[in-house]
Amino acid sequence: MRKLHSFSGGIHPPEHKERSTREPIAAAPLPPRLIVPLQQHAGTVADPLVRVGDKVLKGQPLAPALGPVSAATHAPTSGTVTGLAPHPAPHPSGLLSLCAVIEADGEDRWTERVPLDWRQADPRAVIDRLRDAGVVGLGGAAFPTAVKARANGRPVEILLLNGGECEPYITCDDMLMRERAPEIFRGIRILRHLTGAREVVVGIEDNKPEAIAAMEAAARASGLTAEVVAVPTLYPAGGEKQLIRVVTGREVPSGGLPLDAGVVCFNVATAHAVQRAVESGEPMVSRVVTVTGNVHAPRNYECLLGTPVGDLAALAGPAADTDGYIMGGPLMGFPVPSGNVPVVKATNCVIASSEALFPKPPPPMPCIRCGRCAEVCPASLQPMDLFWFAKAHNLEKAEAYSLFDCIECGCCDYVCPSHIPLVQYYKFAKGEIRSMKQEKEAADRARRRHEFRQFRQEREKQERAARLASRAPGAKKATARAEALAESQEGE
Amino acid sequence: MTLVAEQASVSRIMFQVLAALVPAIAVYVWYFGPAILVQIGLASAAALASEAVMLRLRRYPVQPFLRDGSALVTAWLIALSFPPLAPWWLTVTATVFAIVVAKHLYGGLGNNLFNPAMVGYAVAIISFPLQMTRWSAPTALAAAPLGFADQAAYIFGGGLPAGLGLDAVTLATPLDTLKTHLALGETAADILTMPVFGLLGGQGGEIISLAYIMGGVWLWRQQVITWHVPVMFLATVAVMAAAFHAANPAQYAGAPLHLASGATMIGAFFILTDPVSSPTTPLGKLVYAGGAGVLTYVIRVWGGYPDGVAFATLLMNLAAPMIELHTQPRVYGQRASRKGGGEKP
Repeated sequence: MRKLHSFSGGIHPPEHKERSTREPIAAAPLPPRLIVPLQQHAGTVADPLVRVGDKVLKGQPLAPALGPVSAATHAPTSGTVTGLAPHPAPHPSGLLSLCAVIEADGEDRWTERVPLDWRQADPRAVIDRLRDAGVVGLGGAAFPTAVKARANGRPVEILLLNGGECEPYITCDDMLMRERAPEIFRGIRILRHLTGAREVVVGIEDNKPEAIAAMEAAARASGLTAEVVAVPTLYPAGGEKQLIRVVTGREVPSGGLPLDAGVVCFNVATAHAVQRAVESGEPMVSRVVTVTGNVHAPRNYECLLGTPVGDLAALAGPAADTDGYIMGGPLMGFPVPSGNVPVVKATNCVIASSEALFPKPPPPMPCIRCGRCAEVCPASLQPMDLFWFAKAHNLEKAEAYSLFDCIECGCCDYVCPSHIPLVQYYKFAKGEIRSMKQEKEAADRARRRHEFRQFRQEREKQERAARLASRAPGAKKATARAEALAESQEGE
Repeated sequence: MTLVAEQASVSRIMFQVLAALVPAIAVYVWYFGPAILVQIGLASAAALASEAVMLRLRRYPVQPFLRDGSALVTAWLIALSFPPLAPWWLTVTATVFAIVVAKHLYGGLGNNLFNPAMVGYAVAIISFPLQMTRWSAPTALAAAPLGFADQAAYIFGGGLPAGLGLDAVTLATPLDTLKTHLALGETAADILTMPVFGLLGGQGGEIISLAYIMGGVWLWRQQVITWHVPVMFLATVAVMAAAFHAANPAQYAGAPLHLASGATMIGAFFILTDPVSSPTTPLGKLVYAGGAGVLTYVIRVWGGYPDGVAFATLLMNLAAPMIELHTQPRVYGQRASRKGGGEKP
């Protein structure tokens, strides 16, 4: 029996998960129109491979991976590309992102799918397959799985699978584990093979007994030595850093990666996508999304990426007083500007909101330093000080108080008696610091280039002077003259 | 902003503190008469009025700030630390000073460097030491106990019923009695047999202290305060008192007296726990409360005042930011606790 550890802080918000776990995962019907952002992952994105008017097949690449941290994006169904333009992205800012608009032809025809025998193949080929199949982390960060699985060639002791799903309302991983545990374990096998991990552990919050049972059964049947661990339900136990601490007792060093602690962590749905990409040759074109909140029939749907959020929510029957949609959960999610915003790889949940369900908070009062925020912070930060510095625009102090160790989980927001939107302040401060650093780097680069240019010009002048001097018969006199000339030119 | 949140609010916290004071107020009235209610009324009115004026002057919306209850907490703490027969103008002046200067001139709610109630108390005791040391005798001990009307008349008009002098209605506090008689060369053991003392501390006063403990424990259960400040403050006072008493029982009263008398209990649970003027870090709270315990004992025994809680609080308020800086807890993923504003990673 593995010894579990705890993380500091945490909260127990009401779960609201029961309603969306009564029915199995349903296949969402094919929407008439899909809006597919080319960038659905962390990292770089390439130029599109298709043009307006092109006919595409399901799984056909729309944009390849580009650079060391990237993943490809694919057409979710067969049809015609009717647009390739900026469109509101699923992001709290509502900023525009380049999307391919695909008019579905109704046939949902796949492009050629080539399974890969990962046991025999060169591991680099399997990594490339993950990259070219567009597999990214489905826990919400959308980090390219190929990069994580490669582990930079470094040793991996523990392969950790994250079945935490700690945020209220969200149940997609729960249902996936209940229904597709064997496939998830086939994906885990591949990941173990790629990372060379000695131990395989699956962490699941103990409010999911059916999922735990299903995964335990699949673990036994898979022949893989894997341990399924039930962790105490406490938000945010499903956060990567917190889960690693609970299951292994190790901490991810500040500013570092789980790899620095010998751990690589993947969401269970990501393992499932790995299995599909490698063994079935299917690139990532769909995912399970929980549709819940102010709806009559909440449930989990397997839907195509690019499905407009409004179309997906309509399947669950939003109530008449629905005033918008939240992408994600009630603690870390954000409202989308319209129902036209598409489902992307990072979308785990769509919540129909209403005034009754999520009443507007009262206006914020001053911080009274009550300390509740620090009591619940899973990173052991002092949120009231970070707020103080962010508000005063004292970015240096905010960074010194470990602002970048904040995981933006929202525990502090949840408990604040003054109803201060704390996480917003931290996001703002982080953004300011990042853009200042970028500007500084650009200025430093410009300065170094300028200095080198001056040095190069000076060197050229001296070389020219030396050449002139060595050619002339009255070498000494000429050298002196040339030198004087060069000096006078330098003064300009 | 998260879409869901706990049912928490500043006013809820403030009114919970007021509620926790009610048992002690009830005991107070039982033993010393209803004058304390007049003081609470005076201080509350003065606090709300000065807060409303200051909010207007600072161009803040009067609602919701006036309703948040923070001014009332300051008012009640002032009223409970003043003699119940204090003249009305003394209570009002101290409260107005606390709200206007100690609170609003420092930036208002959440920005006060010092505990406003203790600032009010300090101003009063330094400027009007005579009136501030005229404490009521417990009704059971007074030569001629005053009724409510007479008490109110004294507070507002300063006049006593015909034939009664102040000596008939006032009595030195237990701590004051202890200090004076120790200086006269009597032993602590003898002093503690005087009628002003009850079982452990002052008559009546020790039961009020008990009521403060009840209220304080309830506040802890409600997660309004944490255990650090009360436990550390009481432990420090107890340890210091016990140590000196063990060394010289004749000259130093023991821990039970110090814990049960004066402002020890109200200080531990209601005054030192003010979140704005005390450190936010757990270790910082322990250091702060420990320092306050030491200072309280030192002022009581060797200082010029019979009780030291108010000045101990204010002195530790001064130290609180530095204490916070040096007691930052270890952040996840970092090795040792770094000085918050100090070295870069």
